[in-house]
Amino acid sequence: MKRLAHLLALGASAFFIVSVQAQTPRNGGELVFPVPSEPPSYDGHREETFGLIHPVAPFYNTLLRVDPNDTSGTKPAPSLAESWTVSQDGLAYTFKLRKGVKFHDGSEMTSKDVKASYDKIVFPPPGVGSTRKGQYSDVKAIEAPDPLTVVFRLKEQSGSFIASLLSPYNFIYKADILAKDPHWYEKNIMGTGPFTFVEHVKGSHVVGKKNPNYWDKGKPYLDGFRAIFMRDSAAQVAAVRGERAHIQFRGFSPAERDSIVSTLGSKVTVQESPWDCILLVGINHEKKPFDDKRVRRALTLALDRHEASKALSKIAIVKAVAGVQVPGTPFATPPEELNKLAGYWPDIEKSRAEARRLLKEAGVPEGFQFTFTNRGIPMPYEPLGVWLIDQWRKVGLNVKQEVIEAAAYFGTIRKGDTQVHMDFQCGYIVEPDLDMYKFLSTDRNPANYGRYKDPVLDDLYDKQSRATNVEERKRLVRQFEKRVLDEEAHYLMTLQWHRIIPHSAKVKGWTVTPSHYLNNTLDTVWLTQ
Amino acid sequence: MARYILKRLLAMIPTLLGVAILIFLLLRVVPGDVVEARYLGQGSQFQSQDLMNQERAKLGLDQPLWKQFTSWMAGLARLDFGLSMWTGAPITEEIKLRFALSLQLALMASTIATLLAIPLGILAAVKQDTWIDYAVRVFSIAGLATPSFWLGILMILVMLTVFKWIPPMVFTPFWVNPWENLAQLIWPALAVGYRYSAVGTRMMRSAMLEVLREDYIRTARAKGLWLKLILSRHALKNAILPVLTVISLEFAFLLGGLVVTEQVFNLNGLGMLFVEAIARRDYTLTQALVMLVATFFLIVNFVVDIAYAWLDPRIRYR
Repeated sequence: MKRLAHLLALGASAFFIVSVQAQTPRNGGELVFPVPSEPPSYDGHREETFGLIHPVAPFYNTLLRVDPNDTSGTKPAPSLAESWTVSQDGLAYTFKLRKGVKFHDGSEMTSKDVKASYDKIVFPPPGVGSTRKGQYSDVKAIEAPDPLTVVFRLKEQSGSFIASLLSPYNFIYKADILAKDPHWYEKNIMGTGPFTFVEHVKGSHVVGKKNPNYWDKGKPYLDGFRAIFMRDSAAQVAAVRGERAHIQFRGFSPAERDSIVSTLGSKVTVQESPWDCILLVGINHEKKPFDDKRVRRALTLALDRHEASKALSKIAIVKAVAGVQVPGTPFATPPEELNKLAGYWPDIEKSRAEARRLLKEAGVPEGFQFTFTNRGIPMPYEPLGVWLIDQWRKVGLNVKQEVIEAAAYFGTIRKGDTQVHMDFQCGYIVEPDLDMYKFLSTDRNPANYGRYKDPVLDDLYDKQSRATNVEERKRLVRQFEKRVLDEEAHYLMTLQWHRIIPHSAKVKGWTVTPSHYLNNTLDTVWLTQ
Repeated sequence: MARYILKRLLAMIPTLLGVAILIFLLLRVVPGDVVEARYLGQGSQFQSQDLMNQERAKLGLDQPLWKQFTSWMAGLARLDFGLSMWTGAPITEEIKLRFALSLQLALMASTIATLLAIPLGILAAVKQDTWIDYAVRVFSIAGLATPSFWLGILMILVMLTVFKWIPPMVFTPFWVNPWENLAQLIWPALAVGYRYSAVGTRMMRSAMLEVLREDYIRTARAKGLWLKLILSRHALKNAILPVLTVISLEFAFLLGGLVVTEQVFNLNGLGMLFVEAIARRDYTLTQALVMLVATFFLIVNFVVDIAYAWLDPRIRYR
């Protein structure tokens, strides 16, 4: 008995040691990953593509970051700012910066650098491009009262200001360099990040090596990384299958995941998450009969999203039935409530009968023909386009598909000549202010290709944006969602994208989030061998 | 001959001017521009018309077409291709980076095509209607029917499944590491070379058959000359002319035309650059690449014509 107890104790301690060893980060190794797109420049404040984030983010830090272990990708965590406070009136955000942070050139990072970087983003000087300037329209001033304090003063209260500072694009640059040449960072890299820049061979790869003076002592664990530009998804799959690359951070399709898993077996780990990207159906309100909300509601009522989720998730990068927020995130509508919206009813026959009734009431004849404009990108535009056409046919609509080449697509639908078209949005963080901006009236948002004006909707947006009480904000988000997707049916949601990352089991310390723009600083990532 | 060469060289100027006008106008007819490709395609929520207008002005896209064209022409006259609208980097730098890989691949593929096409074509003609001829014909027809990118995919799959190995993903120049360089480029060169050898083999076979039926060959045979001597000294020189044209033009094509093969093997070559430049509506880079390829085609054509005269003394140019 005593011997058995000893054996059990030994076994337990061995298990404990193995577990601890398995979880203790190992130093060394080079992480290799393909990147499906290459950035036009290195300036995060100017660019919009993940092709910039994946190879360039490891060279920089941001003021705040998303907690690298948070699977919802929404929880703020300190980065260059170690703490922050909000004033009583909610109009001043004060950030205390970390001491001893150094740029790669050895100079100290201070509040002057944070101020200069955010001034460039929020108040760009003439001739300097800032893509996300509109996101900070509430910022009145940025101050640096002492070397380790930064204060953001707002014009109005905001429920999303902290979230807006989590943008992975908002790299902190050196003030002196920006003062000399605000365009310097378009062609050069020099930050405070865990890796220092080694080389970029255009069209081929970017190499970074460990920053030995990184402020977060003990990190990064990797000796370096190599980001290889690879447009073709078959080549990316082959790279992971052939163990030439460890991971691809954007995502693979279900079929690609299966082929990697079938080859590598236990040598691969698969992480999946709902993805903060979605294809929307835009309906041009200036074209008849789509100016009639009964017709628009009929279009959404015809869709069997629940069945599509089961079928399409096997072949395309889509899965969850969603409203205006990614399912499972703080402001998302619970499924039982979502199912009450038009087009989300579990009883599809009832839904389609209502769609037919509405079309008849609106005077739309059986077999009415319209053109659905789709973007010439196979995944997931093609399967979703085919699905939509099939669904609309089931309520007596005859749909012709017109496919426009990818680069010309948004220029075409902006002109307003389309009837019904596929639209797209993708966010770097799940946040109502970001995800719902798309639906504002055209005079407030030129990217609303539905070409409508809805002051009630705009008002709801503003109210939720200013709400600092989470429950109050959730209520307003629900009202907004009901109006945009059900009552007015301005836009139609298809299915939430689904992010699938099959990666080498050697890669540890990386957690999938709903955004392929997040968790790319690589400071927490390590390789088992 | 010197007059002919000069005439040919001068004739290149209007041809290149025609190409320049055509590509300049065609690019502007296609919907979308580099600014839209950069700021509208990413699905971001905040789009600024001011930013887009500012970027267009910076790139000169707000200028009238004639002004854009004349400033491009003025640059070309000084051999200055300008800056890429997408990256802002000098175009010569963008091209130089990819040229070494594309040139090496084109040379390797053309060498493989030539080494296969000429002996196989001759063999099939000499052994006409025997099993050797049939085997060569099957081999060449299979090559014609198989797209090189498909063969490339098949090669990668076989290497992956059987040997658990795939070629390196990053280009290493031959003089830096010959083994690494060949390990990457030999596979696409084989895939492409086989495809083009098929065209060459069939051309060589039919040209050889035609020549072998000529009176002078019959005479040589009647005189008791060795077959090897007849083939190498008399038949090959005449039969090789059309094969030379095909292989030379294919070589020019290979420099910028291996788009899908480059994608499959993740090669950072001119073909990929071409496609990306078009997809991004990078007018300046696309124009420069078209001019480069057109110039290359003209030079290759010119060299082939001169080589004709050298190979066949009956051809005289005026």
